[in-house]
Amino acid sequence: MTALNELTLAAALKGLANKDFSSRELTQAHLDAMAGAEALNAYLIATTDQALAMADASDERRKNAETGPLEGIPLGIKDLFCTKGVRTTAGSKILGDFTPSYESTVSSNLWHDGAVMLGKLNMDEFAMGSSNENSAFGPVVNPWRAKGGDQKLVPGGSSGGSAAAVAAGLCLGATATDTGGSIRQPASFTGTVGIKPTYGRCSRWGIVAFASSLDQAGPITRTVEDAAIMLRSMSGHDPKDSTSLKADVPDFTAACTRSLKGLRIGIPKEYRVEGMPAEIEKIWANGMDWLRAEGCEIIDVSLPHTKYALPAYYIIAPAEASSNLARYDGMRYGVRVEGADLTETYEKTRGQGFGEEVRRRIMMGAYVLSAGFYDAYYIRAQKVRARIAEDFKNAFSQCDALLTPTAPSAAFGINARLNDPVQMYLNDIFTVTANLAGLPGISVPAALDNTGLPLGLQVIGKALDEETCFAVGGALERAADFNAKPSKWW
Amino acid sequence: MFTAERVADKSDWITTETGDWEIIIGLEIHAQVASKAKLFSGAATKYGAEPNTQVSLVDAAMPGMLPVLNEYCVEQAVRTGMGMKAKINAFSRFDRKNYFYPDLPQGYQISQLYHPIVGEGEMQVELDDGDSIIVGIERLHLEQDAGKSIHDLDPNATYVDLNRCGVALMEIVSKPDMRSAREAAAYVRKLRSLVRYLGTCDGDMEKGNLRADVNVSVRRPGGELGTRCEIKNLNSMRFIQQAIEYEARRQIQILEGGGEIDQETRLYNTDTGETRTMRSKEDAHDYRYFPDPDLLPVKLSEDWLARIKADLPELPDEKKARYVKDFGLSEYDASVLVSDREKAAYYEEVAKGNDKKLAANWLLNEVFGKLNKENVDINDCPVSAAANCAIVAMIAKDVISGKIAKQVFEICWTEGGDPEAIVEERGLKQVTDTGAIEAMIDEIIAANPGQAAKVKDKPKTLGWFVGQVMQASQGKANPQAVNKILREKLLD
Amino acid sequence: MSVDAKTVRKIAHLARLEVAEDRLAPLADELNGILSWIEQLNEVDVEGVAPMASVEDVPTPTREDIITDGNIRDDVLANAPKTEESFFVMPKAVE
Repeated sequence: MTALNELTLAAALKGLANKDFSSRELTQAHLDAMAGAEALNAYLIATTDQALAMADASDERRKNAETGPLEGIPLGIKDLFCTKGVRTTAGSKILGDFTPSYESTVSSNLWHDGAVMLGKLNMDEFAMGSSNENSAFGPVVNPWRAKGGDQKLVPGGSSGGSAAAVAAGLCLGATATDTGGSIRQPASFTGTVGIKPTYGRCSRWGIVAFASSLDQAGPITRTVEDAAIMLRSMSGHDPKDSTSLKADVPDFTAACTRSLKGLRIGIPKEYRVEGMPAEIEKIWANGMDWLRAEGCEIIDVSLPHTKYALPAYYIIAPAEASSNLARYDGMRYGVRVEGADLTETYEKTRGQGFGEEVRRRIMMGAYVLSAGFYDAYYIRAQKVRARIAEDFKNAFSQCDALLTPTAPSAAFGINARLNDPVQMYLNDIFTVTANLAGLPGISVPAALDNTGLPLGLQVIGKALDEETCFAVGGALERAADFNAKPSKWW
Repeated sequence: MFTAERVADKSDWITTETGDWEIIIGLEIHAQVASKAKLFSGAATKYGAEPNTQVSLVDAAMPGMLPVLNEYCVEQAVRTGMGMKAKINAFSRFDRKNYFYPDLPQGYQISQLYHPIVGEGEMQVELDDGDSIIVGIERLHLEQDAGKSIHDLDPNATYVDLNRCGVALMEIVSKPDMRSAREAAAYVRKLRSLVRYLGTCDGDMEKGNLRADVNVSVRRPGGELGTRCEIKNLNSMRFIQQAIEYEARRQIQILEGGGEIDQETRLYNTDTGETRTMRSKEDAHDYRYFPDPDLLPVKLSEDWLARIKADLPELPDEKKARYVKDFGLSEYDASVLVSDREKAAYYEEVAKGNDKKLAANWLLNEVFGKLNKENVDINDCPVSAAANCAIVAMIAKDVISGKIAKQVFEICWTEGGDPEAIVEERGLKQVTDTGAIEAMIDEIIAANPGQAAKVKDKPKTLGWFVGQVMQASQGKANPQAVNKILREKLLD
Repeated sequence: MSVDAKTVRKIAHLARLEVAEDRLAPLADELNGILSWIEQLNEVDVEGVAPMASVEDVPTPTREDIITDGNIRDDVLANAPKTEESFFVMPKAVE
């Protein structure tokens, strides 16, 4: 029998339903795996007692036949989600021992549906990063290693803890967030599935904000079906979030096995970027073949403003972040570093509380919004954003979904790319467009590269059409038959 | 429309050795919306609660907290805009104004810079001397109030109470259309009256629910506009006027000394009556405004706007016109009666079923006189409008004389009670029975034959007899009847 | 457009971030690196394009004017570095 922490979420639900094991046993198996995986640094906090108490309560509910869609399933929570009574750090020192008196809507939805919280997952500070090296609590280490190598690799970011924990069997699924690619890129780097739903699908209430107009929560799981199950619980209209969509949440799971016959899949030519590894090209071509075999029509489309997405993003996201992060001033919560006066206290608190990348982005944001530059930078970026959204609209008049690589490379070494911010930003080149346009995008593991590292393919759907993402993603998953697991070295 | 060309009334000029100066004034009024809950959270707005008890997690800017707009506040801003005959913007949006201060938990204030909910308008403002001016309105926008910083509880620390944080404010920006402290005061009074009519703000300046930032500059009458200074946070009519007067003279002094005015933000010291620099233009904040990404635009449909408009109460200008046209009141009397919603409502109750002019005169002369003398607000008037209505009705029907009416009003004021019952019980009814009056007169003539004989030569002495009769009747004899009978008996 | 150490100091102050003197110039270089990369946005024809602040094209939802929150003073103050008599205590602010 497969170890309990290596089951898929769907299989675990079946096992629980069949009384093959209890939620307590399932949870304990994960807690044990977590205890043995400190080398990965995926969890910031293991909420062991709470996890076991929730598991027992779940077993009790199951006994009374009161089962929710995630009944008894142990999950990890990215530390960007506020959790009642459990320290929440956003991967930053500045929040200190901040312990919310409230629970984020998304995590609350999960607990309502019967899930069990294992702990809080490491991440890039305030979700800013593509390698998890920006965490104030040390980098997360990717459970994958190159064939025969022992170099420590990054798991991607910012949801690196979520991706690593799912890949290493430290939870059955994890919450994550995606502002420019922070769910999909780490999913690609760790051989997991990650979906960023349509902007507004998941409530942002109780999630520490990075860039409000781009932030979206979503799950990272081991299979497409698992992602569908988890997203369904996470989604839904929330009156506490003004940007939450008033849309029904469909049965995403049913969509995973839907026929693709007659579906038109667009291949955006602008995603063939210079210097892209041949293997990524090849996997992309494989993806097209697999979908053709399912009865899809593959067509070429153009998203002419693609190359401007990242520069626009690096105006909009830092601008919003510079304002969103103003509240971390050491006055009402978090760490205060006393200075000679109020201003110095602010400057010391924030200068020492935030890490380097966060400070850099706050500076960028403050600069592009400052007097005299607002029109040249911020307004222009918003206009370019409109152009990018328009590109997608045009493309979707010709096709039903887009197929692209998720990231321009496989996982790279820790410390390998720290010195050049722009090089690091380019990690999000294929993912950031969906954030700017608010569209759903799923990353599905497609193959291992020749060094034995996973690579993902991305499916971008129309707004509120996650179902097509799941349908195409499910087909890719079946065709790729990706079963590889990182061999345990930790 | 900015009426830069309008020159102040000469009586408002400041004359110095170098000649005449006029003051140019624009105001930014912050009026707290009279809502139960805050602009973006469900916490209460009630004044005077224990510190930090009316604070939601949103107001305290806890991580991950999000704003949701209070629809009532939007409606009140629109109603106020309509009251100012201003353009209502069907599309408006909230922007963040970024700065750090202890009483600003988010590190930004949610306001409306680029797309305010209300655009340009104008208001007719009546001055004390009966003249009126037009003051242009630049805009009205909604924004959050900040919390309260308390600096005097600890010499080394600032204490912060967030109860007020997030309360909805309407910032109403005028054009620089005022030319004197009295015009500025009249504008504030008119605006205060308007929001009170509409019920959009209680106008309580003492509680800071209506306060003003004043922009002041000086120029030679009709000349080039000067550099302006902004005086922040004035919360009484008196301070507004004093601050303007002080600031204008300060600027004139600098200019006459060959200096230049620095564009700056100043504070008014209520103890010394002086203004002092708060921050100069160089230190001016760079607020980095941008659209709040946590909120979407406010879009108002034509139907909704039409419905709001149809439900507006009668406003002071329209009310005044009606009093003049339908009730025959003078412009002046009408404007006094409509100057305040409570006064107008009180008047309309007193005038119900009565002669409108008689009711107005009674109110303006007797009731308001008494209120002024005793320094009592009309809301606290011990004599109800219904009681005054009854008094006026009795005057009109000759049941009591004007003089007795005053007596009845005094009794109602001090002892309370129903005026009709008072008149009945205390026998204050006017004597109109000519037989009884004639008998009284005969008695007085018989007792004063010498005086009676003189009347034919000196008709003015008839008044002495009138007085005697009124005295004998304890004021109750109908004066017209007394006059008539005396004339018949002594002059004919 | 490019930034110098002086601009960096100004921006750092606006954002209330302490930056050591010897970090000003390197930080200016880093920001200039990012800014010069961003300059390519000037190639885009944005004539007549409305700036896009949100991907959602619906009006902001509203709440009723009813009191649904507050009376949670202890929660509000629970994480504060310093409080006194139910107030937040902060360094002296003078304006």
